Amino acid sequence: MAEGSPRIMKRLVPMWIAIIAGFVMLLSAFFPITESLGETVGEIFNVVAAIAFVLGAGSLAKVNLAKISRRDQGWGYAAITLICFAITLVVGLGKIGVPQSTQFPLLGWSGEKDAEGSIFGWIYEFALVPITSTMFALLAFYVASAAFRAFRAKNLEAILLLSTAFIVLLGRTFAGVVLTGWLPDWASGLRLENLSVYIMQVFNTAGNRAIIIGIALGVTATSLRILLGVDRSWMGSGD
Amino acid sequence: MISSALILCAISLDSSGASDVGLANTSITAAGNKADLRGKIPLNELGQEISAPPAAISISAEDVAWDAGGAIKISWQPAAGTTSATKWIVERSEVLAAGQGAGQGPGQGPWTLVTEVPIAETNAVVSKLSPDASFFFRVTAVSPNGSSAVTTTKSAAKGHWNFFISAKLPLFCAILLVSACVIYFILAARRGRPMKVRRIAALEAIKDAVGRATEMGRSILFVPGIQDMDNIQTVAGLTVLGNVSRTAAEYDAAIEVPTSRSLVMEAAREAVQASYLAAGRADAYNADAIRYITDEQFGFVAYVSGRMVREKPAACFYMGCFFAESLILAETGNSIGAIQIAGTAESSQLPFFVAACDYTLIGEEFMAASAYLSGEPDQIGSLKGQDVAKAIAAIIIIIGVVLATGAAIAPQGAMPAALEWLKGVLGS
Repeated sequence: MAEGSPRIMKRLVPMWIAIIAGFVMLLSAFFPITESLGETVGEIFNVVAAIAFVLGAGSLAKVNLAKISRRDQGWGYAAITLICFAITLVVGLGKIGVPQSTQFPLLGWSGEKDAEGSIFGWIYEFALVPITSTMFALLAFYVASAAFRAFRAKNLEAILLLSTAFIVLLGRTFAGVVLTGWLPDWASGLRLENLSVYIMQVFNTAGNRAIIIGIALGVTATSLRILLGVDRSWMGSGD
Repeated sequence: MISSALILCAISLDSSGASDVGLANTSITAAGNKADLRGKIPLNELGQEISAPPAAISISAEDVAWDAGGAIKISWQPAAGTTSATKWIVERSEVLAAGQGAGQGPGQGPWTLVTEVPIAETNAVVSKLSPDASFFFRVTAVSPNGSSAVTTTKSAAKGHWNFFISAKLPLFCAILLVSACVIYFILAARRGRPMKVRRIAALEAIKDAVGRATEMGRSILFVPGIQDMDNIQTVAGLTVLGNVSRTAAEYDAAIEVPTSRSLVMEAAREAVQASYLAAGRADAYNADAIRYITDEQFGFVAYVSGRMVREKPAACFYMGCFFAESLILAETGNSIGAIQIAGTAESSQLPFFVAACDYTLIGEEFMAASAYLSGEPDQIGSLKGQDVAKAIAAIIIIIGVVLATGAAIAPQGAMPAALEWLKGVLGS
């Protein structure tokens, strides 16, 4: 009994929850009578995910507090993280600076937490958005460095890749139009802008669809393995 | 004796149900009468009387069969002369419980605009209706000269729940077919039928990557994507995590798993703990190595990239659902010289992983990783079933290509009809 209980709670119960919820979601897509059940399962997931956020916040606090107490390298950043977390949490939950809702003027805390003029909204608009945009902007440089490495003509396949990329890149710029604009109408298919469209619509689409079909079959087979309890490794062990 | 007759010729209705009545005088014999009625009679720019289109003769509403119960089909019979109109306005009014009437009749809600359809059409499907409610419908023909009188359904119509959504039948059959193939080969594998699966280099490299991290005395970084547990890619990523962490436990290498969802953190902890337990290294399990960072996409990327640059893990695994962060992570890993293995079913991110990582599990390979790594006959059998389903899909595609090509070459032959039939069967 002492050995059986953890196994039931850690293996059998999660597995059966996954199986039942999975079948309900599958059936609700085809049988309208089970539609509300599917919606209920979705709502239950949202509730569980919201509760799990407390665990996530706890993990964040624990890891950073431990770093501060040990005075690890960069502990100051951990302190800043926790201070920012606490400030955002307080102004968000307390709706500090949030104007009263015009729809429910008599109810306290009825305004939106990120309404214009609120501190939470200010943090979002003037701190989070610029920082995330900065990170996103880095992508341009990463694309350039990855392309430089990927397009080195090391072998026949790489040369084909490089040539194709060259055509598509040029075909999507004015340079492509200028370079091959002189071609007569009967050879217009060879103009870079047209070749670029042809490559994207035929070769690229065909390859992409092949991958998508494979993914769809893979998703179906993986889901089936989980629903049938054949694959239990997502719980950490096949036992 | 002077006689005159006023004829109701146009009633225009707005979406709130308010009406504007137009009057026409067909036999005016006294100039005074005409002067009095000028504001009410529709006239063109020459001062001539003009007439609104005639109303529809009849209208009916019926439930759409084999749907989720929220659709009703409205059909009407136009009167002769309606062609001068430009469109039909379809409106509905919900039947309310006794005493709740707020519209034109007792127990009936206000008329609200449902849709506008071209005048050539004589039916419309109204969807997203509550299956528990009943509705009256009415149509009005609208022309530049005005609107016709309304034609209303004689009785209220109600959408009924159906057992099955017929529009999804092809998809349902496809799922059944794939499932049948997978189950058949799982059972065949259980009966001892040998199954051969081609070698997947990326999965074979897992041990090498973990071994390299062990030799270098550095950690292993595993990123299970940025989506939650309701995404199948995250689940697939965790199955690979179970295998990687077990190898790490056996090799005594440290593994770190930053997550962007709390629920994923908990699931990852369970997976890693079970792997350490299975490897007989329960004491080496460190729950804090699997930590929640943030739900914010680029906040998560900033943390992981910074961590990679500072800690320089020897092996990086990216297994799950990724978006724009894929290239940032993979390029950062490349810059620190880590061996990198990625897997995702996001086709738009695959090129980035292919360009920046040493090995990439492409789509279905990623989904097959768990089965491949387990080596269990049941799971290997499911891969075989998946392959058979893929072969069936390929045959259907080839048939489609042949038919489409034939239809393009000979538009008058049997090919176009066969192509249309195939499209109908496939539900497109």
